[in-house]
Amino acid sequence: MTTQGMGLHLQGIHKTYGKTAAVNNISIEIRSGEFFTLLGPSGCGKTTLLRMIAGMELQDSGRIILDGRDITRLPAIKRQINTVFQSYALFPHLNIFENIAFGLRSRKLPENEINQRVAQSMDMLELGNMKNRFPHQLSGGQNQRVALARALINEPKVLLLDEPMSALDAKLRAQVQVELRRLQQKLHQTFILVTHDQDEALVVSDRVAVMREGQIIQFGTPEQVYDAPKNKFVAEFLGAANLIPGRFENGLFHTDIGSFVLSKPPAWNQGLVAIRPEWITVSETQPAQNGIRAKVSEIIYRGTSRDLWFEPGRIRVRSSTYKHFSIGDEAWLEFAPSELVVLDE
Amino acid sequence: MNKLMIWYGELLTQKNLIKRGALFLTPGMLWLMIFLILPGLILVLVSFAGRGSYGELVWEFSLENYSRLMGFGVFGWTPDYIVILLRSAWVAIVTTGISVLLSYPLCFFIAGKPKRTRFLWLTLVIIPFWTNMVIRTYSWFLILAPELPLAKLAAWLKIISPGMALYPSAFAVYLGMVSMFLPFVALPLFSSVERLDWTLVEAAQDLYASNFRIFMHAILPQTLPGLSVGVILTFVPAMGMFVVPDLLGGAKYMLVGNLIQQQFGASRDWAFGAAISMGLMILTLFSLYLYRKKINNTELI
Repeated sequence: MTTQGMGLHLQGIHKTYGKTAAVNNISIEIRSGEFFTLLGPSGCGKTTLLRMIAGMELQDSGRIILDGRDITRLPAIKRQINTVFQSYALFPHLNIFENIAFGLRSRKLPENEINQRVAQSMDMLELGNMKNRFPHQLSGGQNQRVALARALINEPKVLLLDEPMSALDAKLRAQVQVELRRLQQKLHQTFILVTHDQDEALVVSDRVAVMREGQIIQFGTPEQVYDAPKNKFVAEFLGAANLIPGRFENGLFHTDIGSFVLSKPPAWNQGLVAIRPEWITVSETQPAQNGIRAKVSEIIYRGTSRDLWFEPGRIRVRSSTYKHFSIGDEAWLEFAPSELVVLDE
Repeated sequence: MNKLMIWYGELLTQKNLIKRGALFLTPGMLWLMIFLILPGLILVLVSFAGRGSYGELVWEFSLENYSRLMGFGVFGWTPDYIVILLRSAWVAIVTTGISVLLSYPLCFFIAGKPKRTRFLWLTLVIIPFWTNMVIRTYSWFLILAPELPLAKLAAWLKIISPGMALYPSAFAVYLGMVSMFLPFVALPLFSSVERLDWTLVEAAQDLYASNFRIFMHAILPQTLPGLSVGVILTFVPAMGMFVVPDLLGGAKYMLVGNLIQQQFGASRDWAFGAAISMGLMILTLFSLYLYRKKINNTELI
């Protein structure tokens, strides 16, 4: 359904606070109907970027274009963009019905249309018969759905979500992530999520932008970002990674723990290669290539899987099998060339 | 009765606790009894008494003072006293209203200042507190004097005739009253404004609210606690204020405070003065009751 010029285009967005650039010359094209995530540690500028999209903060330079229309200078009130706030920011003196109806009342829609649309949206978000209750009488998860309903009822072109799950406990969060993903797919609306939780980003997103110090470090589908991290920061921030330093010479990557064949030659002579713990194969027999002999030094039980730490090189292997290993056992580790990711820095 | 219990981290028997509570309460209660409730009861009693020919109290109880207050005098019915009472209520309402209107921008301005300079601005608001009320009121005389720019401007605009001062007048009374009570509204309001959660304002903006809607739903409910305190602190003393209206309003703008003072002073009619005081008290309590009811309603809407 994506047509040319549709979606949210950020062009050279720049914002400094004092001397530090909170957002450093960012350009992205977010397609309409896409679930897009800005992922990064706190202070990386992701929330600032979100606030500029919402119109709550003004960038120093750069343009924001929504569906072909320049909205750079439009105030929040005139942007067809709504936000789910981190604290939900529900109006404590208004009941759930009035909270959800707030945007419609602001636009002075007729009473019967408001009633109908609020009922519809409460239905969609399974808020049942809570319309006469007040936010302080609801649970965190329910309030989060109210905040979602309050934003979505305005049929925004873009829905912004500012760490909406940070106030929920881990179990509920996992459930809400899936629900949010389903809701977005059902509505085909553009969602932009800001989070520092990498699991959340991977679960919900169509595309992820990993941010750091005001810049987008890497950008792509969750698979692309997870499977082929561009540098050390992305590799470490998303999931666990073994980072192996070494030199590249004569078509081989030489390290302290052995020499490996890579799938493509790196651009450097000395650098880092990453491999995810779950991509290392453990076997009793020596593999054809890229195998090293190592000894188990630590075992961490994780329920669905277990982490084995091998020496030399302190290599982490994650596996749901190999339950028979105990500390001191030796095995062959295979680093398949296709799983060794060459990092930029 | 001798059950053991833990009271804020201290192991006590219930009996001990009650004994201690009584010990703590008694001095304050006695103080209130002696200096508030007792004089109050005396005032009620006096308000039903009469005036002797030399201005002394005559202990013959009747409703005469109250009927006089309602306007039934020797020469038939006049609304004078009722007008004064209602005018006082009106002056108090307007004073409070103007103070509130002026306080909101002031508080947001001060709250927007960096923490380092904030106390300086607050000090500027508080300084009038440190100046004697009578001195402050007299200084208005100077400011409003005929030779000074304010009066000259008014004369040029043909509001007053040339050579006249801007006092005594209703305008001068309001000027004095608002300048006196502004800090009473601004300070409690400021404590609410300072703690304002701005995300609610942003949420309202995000949901297309007009400025009025933003104020009603994102700012007013949050600042209501401070505002309530400020309104009551202003309204109640403003109702009975007599120094400012006396000096700046003169005979042209008689308020109930002056009337009461007159009865206890020049007129030597303590009994009638007591009756007016009762009238003022009832009017004040009634206004506060209406205000509470209104506030409770806004909290729900």
